[in-house]
Amino acid sequence: MAEKKLMYGNHAIVEGVLAAGCRFFAGYPITPQNEIPEFMSIRMNEIGGVFIQTESEIAAINMLFGAAAAGKRAMTSSSSPGISLMQEGISYIAGADIPVLVVNVVRGGPGLGNIAPAQSDYFQATKGGGHGDYFTITLAPNSAQELYEFPKIAFELAEKYRNPALILADGLLGQMMEPVEFSYKPINPETLPEPPYALSGCKNRERRIVRSYDLRPGKLEAWNWQRQKKYEQIVANEQRFEATACDDAELIIVAYGTCARVCDAAARMARTKGYRVGLLRPITLWPYPSKILSALSKKTEHFLVVEMNMGQMVDDVRLATECKKKVFFHGRPGGGVPTPPEVFGKIETILGGAR
Amino acid sequence: MTTEIIISGFGGQGIVSSGIILSHAGLYESKNVTFFPSYGAEMRGGTANCSVVISTEPVASPIVATPDIVIVMNEPSLTRFEPTLKPNGLLFYNKTLIKSVPKREEITIIPVEANAIAEELGQGRIANMVMLGAMIKKTTILKLETLKRAQRKRFSRASDDQLSLNDRALDRGYELF
Repeated sequence: MAEKKLMYGNHAIVEGVLAAGCRFFAGYPITPQNEIPEFMSIRMNEIGGVFIQTESEIAAINMLFGAAAAGKRAMTSSSSPGISLMQEGISYIAGADIPVLVVNVVRGGPGLGNIAPAQSDYFQATKGGGHGDYFTITLAPNSAQELYEFPKIAFELAEKYRNPALILADGLLGQMMEPVEFSYKPINPETLPEPPYALSGCKNRERRIVRSYDLRPGKLEAWNWQRQKKYEQIVANEQRFEATACDDAELIIVAYGTCARVCDAAARMARTKGYRVGLLRPITLWPYPSKILSALSKKTEHFLVVEMNMGQMVDDVRLATECKKKVFFHGRPGGGVPTPPEVFGKIETILGGAR
Repeated sequence: MTTEIIISGFGGQGIVSSGIILSHAGLYESKNVTFFPSYGAEMRGGTANCSVVISTEPVASPIVATPDIVIVMNEPSLTRFEPTLKPNGLLFYNKTLIKSVPKREEITIIPVEANAIAEELGQGRIANMVMLGAMIKKTTILKLETLKRAQRKRFSRASDDQLSLNDRALDRGYELF
């Protein structure tokens, strides 16, 4: 095992992005993700990559579009209000079938909100986000280690399906420090093959065009049908999750990111007091891990969804369980973070008092 | 074995540094650690606090609601965090700056003249080191030598004189009990 290093979550993302062979970052400052561009500006300079502090989030996402269309791994990071500004660009990138990585370190909203941790951008992240009929592959890390590991996974999925990928973190994951093990060999970007769409100069080959529009009758519909096939493949093949003590559970908590950490502690408290409580942690939020939830709903009576919002992922749990089982909800809006005793209290209430 | 700690005080009292030093020391002793600071609108003279979890198991929640150990460096922190301590928990308070007396009876209250000792050593700002030394002696959760290594990691750009002074402050706290 390699030596572990104590790192901020935001710094772990930077190391993960660089180890994944990405050498292009464009972004605009916003708390609670400022340590990403700050550290990225130092590390890109050391490593010989491109760091651009743009004049706005809109400029950043469009620079990303350009860099990725040229066939390079490219990423940006922001926090909720900044990600909203990027949505037009993300829609164009999805419409052009180009892979990029966008990291959202979510903060309390709506509007300018506050800088506390939140999960209130779940709908935006998993149901498209911008205009048009599209999805972004969305990963939800829950530790500094995963913040280091997920950029590589995100780039690989994004390239495999030619689709934008999103990492949905939150203020707590970004600001927290944890030991990180640099668990894989850094990728040399020179060894990455040129993708078939790359705008790399068309001398001696046919020209390529990257665009998100087609005005000829019927062509856009056909293109969208083709994209839909891709989404079906992603949904069929890429659902990821972590299940803990779910097999004989009388209640399964469903939570991701920071909430999954809090609920892990609450579930441990519950098990020491005789409640059979499991934890299902979605790792991909899109595609949502519906298959495992559907299977678990055949034998578990109670589901408890815990989110740092007032009920967004809970809809996907209800859909996956086809509303056949009781789905309870506990949420904290506007930057509130639930505590383990708070979630344990909810478990006790659902399962009928102290044991 | 999991120990949940909250450290709180004024911005500028080295609250965040104390948390990071404990976390580094935990890592050096091959334990699982998490560190989460209050962040954002903090400033020198404002309030700052952080949560540290040190465990032999993987850490579940980095959010600490009911700590085993509370370290308070100023008056408002005592008011805020004394009620959160677990029954039988340990409350370390900076007696030099806190004039109120902790009220709870089922906890262990440990007064430390952190600022007075730090001033004796010639520097008020190392009161946090005195406190950390006292805390690890009482709790034995970490070794003095690892804490010294961890403060050198945290203040890697400080002068040798400053690093030695930090060590002495850790020693003085450690020798209190």
